[in-house]
Amino acid sequence: MLNRLTDALDFQAQALNLRSERQRLIASNIANADTPGYVARDMNFAQALRNATGSMQPAATLSASQPGHITGNAATDGASFSTLNYAAPSQTNLDRNTVDMDRERASFADNTVKYEATLRFIGMQVKTTLSAITGQ
Amino acid sequence: MSMMNIFNVSGSAASAQSQRLNVVASNLANADTVAGPDGTAYKARQVTFQTQLMGANANDPTSAGVRVSTISEDQTAGRRVHDPKHPSADADGYVTYSNVNAVEEMVNMISASRSYQNNVEVMNTAKGLILKTLQLGQ
Repeated sequence: MLNRLTDALDFQAQALNLRSERQRLIASNIANADTPGYVARDMNFAQALRNATGSMQPAATLSASQPGHITGNAATDGASFSTLNYAAPSQTNLDRNTVDMDRERASFADNTVKYEATLRFIGMQVKTTLSAITGQ
Repeated sequence: MSMMNIFNVSGSAASAQSQRLNVVASNLANADTVAGPDGTAYKARQVTFQTQLMGANANDPTSAGVRVSTISEDQTAGRRVHDPKHPSADADGYVTYSNVNAVEEMVNMISASRSYQNNVEVMNTAKGLILKTLQLGQ
């Protein structure tokens, strides 16, 4: 019963998790803006969400042949690194750093807004469920 | 809470940038230093950054912090000025100053302070998001 109540939140929860992973990824890019040789990464969000919510099989899974092995689940083991791409540099740099600060700042702001949107979706779903429970 | 790592990542970058700012301050302070009795003047210093993975998983590329890997000295010869009356002049009447280039140091300073500001802003945004997440369902 409780499962069915929280099932509706699972999708948004996965999206929120991936949004926070992407936030961290972009923060890493901004942090390494002056590191020689650093290559900027970004997440293919649609692909990551498809992998995480299970509507598509992840590229690779861990096989658990012994009792002590952990099962590699792309949805819970961080941002399923297969969906991380390398940013193509728009202007080349002498120190081979490919962080484009304008793009990173824009992505960061974009991700912030979408994170807050996901938070609001979850909040509204919880409110809907609560009002259904109290029956008012 | 995977977002907590943002503070480690941006914090490491802010720390590295402040170290860079510190080196710039040393260089600018010593811009007009002359060579002592040993004949060698102050040499400009430069920090080099290196990526440092900070995630719980060692291969996790999503938490890449920064650390200062080396502080190297600029080995070019210092500026030599002919001034026989100067107390530090050598036998030929030349005074050796440090090899600090003030213009380069100012540019370095602006770059470091902008990067520092960027990281502080990232931390502020992350803090706002985490606080909003904590208020979820209230």
